[in-house]
Amino acid sequence: MSETFASPLPLVAVLIPTGAAALVALTTERRANLRDAWSTVASVALALVVFAMLADTQDGRVARSSLLELAPGIEIALRADPAGMIFGGLASGLWVLAGVYAIGYMRGGHEHKQTRFFAAFALSIASAVGVALAENLLTFVLFYELLSLFTYPLVTHRETEEAIVAGRKYLTYTLSGGVLLVGATAWLHVAGVDATFTAGGLAGLSELGRGTQWALFALLAAGVGVKAAVMPLHSWLPSAMVAPTPVSALLHAVAVVKAGVFGMVRVLVFVFGAALLDEMGAWLVIAVLSAGTVLIGSTLALRHDNLKRRLAYSTISHLSYIVLGVALLGPIALTGALLHLIGHGVTKITLFFVAGAIHVRAHKDNVSELDGIGRQMPITMGAFALASLSMAGIPPFVLFTSKLYLGWGAVEAGQQAFLLVYMVSGVLSAAYLFPIVVRAFLRSSPEHASFGEADVRMAAPIAITGVFALVWGLAPNLPFGFFALAEMIAGASFGASAGGGS
Amino acid sequence: MLLLFAGLTGMVLTGDLFNLFVFLEISSLAGYALVFIGGRRGMIAGFRYLIIGSIGGAFYLLGVGFIYFATGTLTMAEAQELIPQSESVRGIQAGAAFIFAGLGLKMALVPMHVWQPDAYHYAPSSVNSLMAPVMTKVAAYAMLRMFLSVFPDGYLTSIVPVADALVWLGLAGILFGSIAAASQKDMRRMLAYSSISQLAMIAVGIGLATPLGFVAALLHIVNHAAMKGALFLAAASMRLQTGLQGVHELTGVGRRMPITTAAFAVGAISMVGIPPTAGFFSKWYVVLAGVEQGQWIVVAVVLFSTLLTAVYLFKVLERAYLRPAVADASHGAGEHDAHDAPPAHDVREEVARATESPVDVWAPLVLLALATIALGVLNVVIVEQVLEPGVS
Repeated sequence: MSETFASPLPLVAVLIPTGAAALVALTTERRANLRDAWSTVASVALALVVFAMLADTQDGRVARSSLLELAPGIEIALRADPAGMIFGGLASGLWVLAGVYAIGYMRGGHEHKQTRFFAAFALSIASAVGVALAENLLTFVLFYELLSLFTYPLVTHRETEEAIVAGRKYLTYTLSGGVLLVGATAWLHVAGVDATFTAGGLAGLSELGRGTQWALFALLAAGVGVKAAVMPLHSWLPSAMVAPTPVSALLHAVAVVKAGVFGMVRVLVFVFGAALLDEMGAWLVIAVLSAGTVLIGSTLALRHDNLKRRLAYSTISHLSYIVLGVALLGPIALTGALLHLIGHGVTKITLFFVAGAIHVRAHKDNVSELDGIGRQMPITMGAFALASLSMAGIPPFVLFTSKLYLGWGAVEAGQQAFLLVYMVSGVLSAAYLFPIVVRAFLRSSPEHASFGEADVRMAAPIAITGVFALVWGLAPNLPFGFFALAEMIAGASFGASAGGGS
Repeated sequence: MLLLFAGLTGMVLTGDLFNLFVFLEISSLAGYALVFIGGRRGMIAGFRYLIIGSIGGAFYLLGVGFIYFATGTLTMAEAQELIPQSESVRGIQAGAAFIFAGLGLKMALVPMHVWQPDAYHYAPSSVNSLMAPVMTKVAAYAMLRMFLSVFPDGYLTSIVPVADALVWLGLAGILFGSIAAASQKDMRRMLAYSSISQLAMIAVGIGLATPLGFVAALLHIVNHAAMKGALFLAAASMRLQTGLQGVHELTGVGRRMPITTAAFAVGAISMVGIPPTAGFFSKWYVVLAGVEQGQWIVVAVVLFSTLLTAVYLFKVLERAYLRPAVADASHGAGEHDAHDAPPAHDVREEVARATESPVDVWAPLVLLALATIALGVLNVVIVEQVLEPGVS
């Protein structure tokens, strides 16, 4: 297996956005340009640090930095293992684009309290990177809780009654999830199980009684399931859409919900491991719940006219694609799931970016108002079309590749029913996204349109992520080698066991 | 106030049951006097505090008397040796019951808590921020001493089932205190009920009667002092500047008094128990102790209390930060922005005019807030170097 070496880089990766937040807060509204420059510089610096670690990780050398003991016997330790790098790379890479986009959005929309917004944004990224690189369960919980806390001011940013109510709901859900994780972590600690994430499962866990295993499984899976928005724990996500769109884009399409999904990967593959879950039969619980979520989420997305809410339900559905893929406990399904994690990140952020650009330029939030908008905003809506094709799983887009692996994994596991789930949901994805594209380009605009293409700070990120949805489909290994990483994880996780839940 | 500290120091250092009583009463007397300073209502609250506190002291003394008759000694170390040999088990049982009832009263353990919110409410703010973190803790500390250096190991769990009673009363206290806090309109009453809930958690830690439980209790005594001190001082600072102390009246204070409110936020986050603040680790050790003993109800209640605490503290933060102090919303910025603009809430004029408190008010506040974080991050050092040798 890969070797570990001490390096300050993982720590630096968490400190960069933290420092940026401090600088942003100190610079304040009076020097807005300098303040926003801090965010941008920090995001680029973070991306560079992450890619420096990525190169080592691909060579099988894992950078690791440990801080201090957080509780007796448990360190705060950060480690750039392949799984962490997939999520960390995604979050930090998209922060560069989302950061630029956010500046365009916040200024274009004349939003208030931008300093607080950008500071909280940077802190959320720091927490997300911490979640990605956490080496053990306690460190994971630490950053997972901080992520809930720092995203709260973003959700409530508008300060309207609706936003405040949504914020309460958000905190209630995410803090409850965190509490369950704390309970499980304490339990493991007392049981003497070293909760350092290990591919294939923790060694000490299989020696515990079956009842204890189930209880721990319930606590951990529910704890991460909240952020992964697996039904019935999903209802905070559509409510959280009152946040400004850059927040919805980066946090509720990438950082927060992916932290939940990533947590599910950690819990199922790195804490329990395929062999134990197979023996317990616990994978089936997750698989059935997530398959239900895939179908119900897609169906509900059809009903919503508000664009962001439609995208929110689409997110719920696609997150469970990933969870289901992980729960199938096979190397191919896991590869597909990790690929979907990245692919959905880049695709869904495009869709949200577009929704925000339309809000700022055209002041429209509903699908039914978008007739003919493609002529005014060709780049934006062109990217939307690319992303829609990807979401529906049309070749050669990235989500086709991932879905191919997911479906293949389902067949390999002998679960053709879940293959059917993936296929039906692909059709539903097309059904809730394609009409938007058709409206935008083929119908004529009912009114004289007085707005043009989005600001370049918004249009450029949109175009880049839209194109990535295509590029990764054609060559999933370019340019960051995520596909190879996914296979590496799948190989390490199922090397010992025969693989495949049946 | 100096008398209070003299009493408190004496309590910590004494090795004698009767001296413990003397020092307990000295500090309590000073405490009564401090509550009396708070004007007419303070007189009534202080009087009630005096009566109940004295009853608590008397109970304790009665208990000590029983122990003395049974063993013939008042020295803690000797008592620990002689109690198992004593023939009058009944006498020691009665003694233990009286001692813990007395200390429970002073600690405001549910259902012996009724004096506490009024005393906190009507005492001057500076007294509050001292009393809340320290006074009731003293009783908690005395209780811990009973377990560690008066009664022999295992005595209080088997022969006199005080430990179980502490756990159950503590759990009830956690729930009751949190729920009552959530329904308070006055900041100080809210924080007072919150203290009842937090002290109950200390009682649970003691009642679990394991080294881990004692560590949790001691750590929480320290942590709670820092964070509740920060909260009380912040509330006092807000009252000083605005003259208001209603939970609902402080809308928008975050913008006018950024330092005070930030310190309040740190204290609140720690109370809720979000890592890496001190409050998280108190909970962590209580939960560890609970899991270790298989006391699942302890684990469940302590974890659930996180959410209850969040309910009442985020209510304050929400108002302080998320509703604008000045109606500076961009109503005129453009037609389309109208639906985005926050509606002008009922911001009190007092808040709108308030400024940050002077440096000698906010400096200790900030110090306590930083201490809250430092205690959390450095908890391992504290636990391993200081607490664990003390309880083993």
